[in-house]
Amino acid sequence: MKTLVWVEHDGKAVKDATLAVVTAASKLGEVHLLVAGSDVDAVAKEAAGIAGVGKVHVADNAAFGHNLPENIAPLVAELMASHDAFLAPATTTGKNIAPRVAALLDVMQISEILSVEGPKTFTRPIYAGNAIATVESSDAKLVLTVRGTAFEKAATTGGSGTIEAVSAGGDAGLSSFVGAEIAKQDRPELTSAKIIVSGGRALGSSEKYQEVIVPLADKLNAALGASRAAVDAGYVPNDYQVGQTGKIVAPEVYFAIGISGAIQHLAGMKDSKTIVAINKDEDAPIFQVADFGLVADLFNAVPELTGKI
Amino acid sequence: MKILVPVKRVLDYNVKPRVKSDGTGVDLANVKMSMNPFDEIGIEEAIRLKEKGVATEVIAVSVGPAKATETLRTALAMGADRAILVQTDDAVEPLALAKIFKAIADAEQPGLVILGKQAIDDDNNQTGQMLGALTGWAQGTFASAVNVDGDHVNVTREVDGGLETVKLKLPAIVTTDLRLNEPRYASLPNIMKAKSKPLDTKSPADYGVDTAPRVKTIKVSEPPVRSAGVKVADVDELVAKLKAMGVHS
Repeated sequence: MKTLVWVEHDGKAVKDATLAVVTAASKLGEVHLLVAGSDVDAVAKEAAGIAGVGKVHVADNAAFGHNLPENIAPLVAELMASHDAFLAPATTTGKNIAPRVAALLDVMQISEILSVEGPKTFTRPIYAGNAIATVESSDAKLVLTVRGTAFEKAATTGGSGTIEAVSAGGDAGLSSFVGAEIAKQDRPELTSAKIIVSGGRALGSSEKYQEVIVPLADKLNAALGASRAAVDAGYVPNDYQVGQTGKIVAPEVYFAIGISGAIQHLAGMKDSKTIVAINKDEDAPIFQVADFGLVADLFNAVPELTGKI
Repeated sequence: MKILVPVKRVLDYNVKPRVKSDGTGVDLANVKMSMNPFDEIGIEEAIRLKEKGVATEVIAVSVGPAKATETLRTALAMGADRAILVQTDDAVEPLALAKIFKAIADAEQPGLVILGKQAIDDDNNQTGQMLGALTGWAQGTFASAVNVDGDHVNVTREVDGGLETVKLKLPAIVTTDLRLNEPRYASLPNIMKAKSKPLDTKSPADYGVDTAPRVKTIKVSEPPVRSAGVKVADVDELVAKLKAMGVHS
């Protein structure tokens, strides 16, 4: 089987999410990559070095610069004439593009696969991760999005992919990019961090989040996360949100501080290796999944923890 | 312009799903069902656009069993003008749903179709994007702000890392994210009024759409259960546990 993997990048470097997709694709067959964007020579070179990669298709065109699905999906659909499966990371970019590709090919997509069980058989979470479905596609071609935390990352070196330019596609004239507000963070990215310190509604304010959560994260070189309640209350930007509707994470250690543990939140973090919960309500559902639980007032316990660790 | 808003009847988001012991699916007998939360946000946004004078009519549509009528009545009570139920007892996949919505869009010629970004039962996050492909319209997914400006709509999208804004040619597809708005509650008088609003019942065959599944569910199982943890007495004990795991500054 020939697979085509969507390379997510920021114009300068391949994003980590791509590496897990390469691993998933390698379980199906030959791995080809697609690097689409504007001025992407450096990204293409880096992509060709990923272990196990065959061909790297490079579509360099201003129309592909901002991942607009109206321009990208027809390009992918055209390349799919010579591939059997299209795989994209289950990031906001992958989720935006892949279903549009699937419909152009008249196939059903299988979203957020957790494992490859056979050439057309996969597992995926449903109901916010409260059930795992094993599903089999009957379509001629596969379109899959891949949950990054469910697969090992492919090595970024050792590959010898051959770079090939693609001339297909262009501006569909339906959409344009206006602007972006990207939150600046000088710390590990949430979805790839080894340690995450996450705060919830119990913090009570943005100031308290800065005062209590941030120092612990700084000390542990951890990424910052939050529950939906904390995001909705405006304590932190929405891209901090961990959960069914936010980011899915699986770090080595996840600190849930002042987070009750609603099922929508658990859906985003319950595959973490170790979960540490600090909450003053001893009946909070978070304690049912926490490896280490501390029933205490977070405003005392967290600064003490930060001081002693 | 008209706005078309697909809505789905799903297991209420507060209910913990139980996997059937025979592995065929999740038990939906005698459990509370509600409108998919992202679809409520879609209805709310459409009504707000009507209140601003941007939209002239809001049409709610649902594909599902006869009981999905309740979901449509909720949409009507919130302020939708009329509803279409495409009645079927089969589980319909996003691709077939998108084909049904495409046929309805061809008939109704809406300026916008506003869908939820995902249904909280199958968690697919596909239908809106697929409808974009089938109609050939632009898509603004995971929207946290929608501003119609003449023959375009500016959609602010929630993306990994922050927000981005795209400008889309109308007609267009929008899928809602949680922060787009706070849906209103239907008042009792509006619930009463909704009972007399028009609701058409159709079938997938009326739109010439084959709903046979492309993806077969082989089994549904419980996720792996985490082994029970321990409660520590104080911060010192927690610090000791963490240090034993190699977590320290």
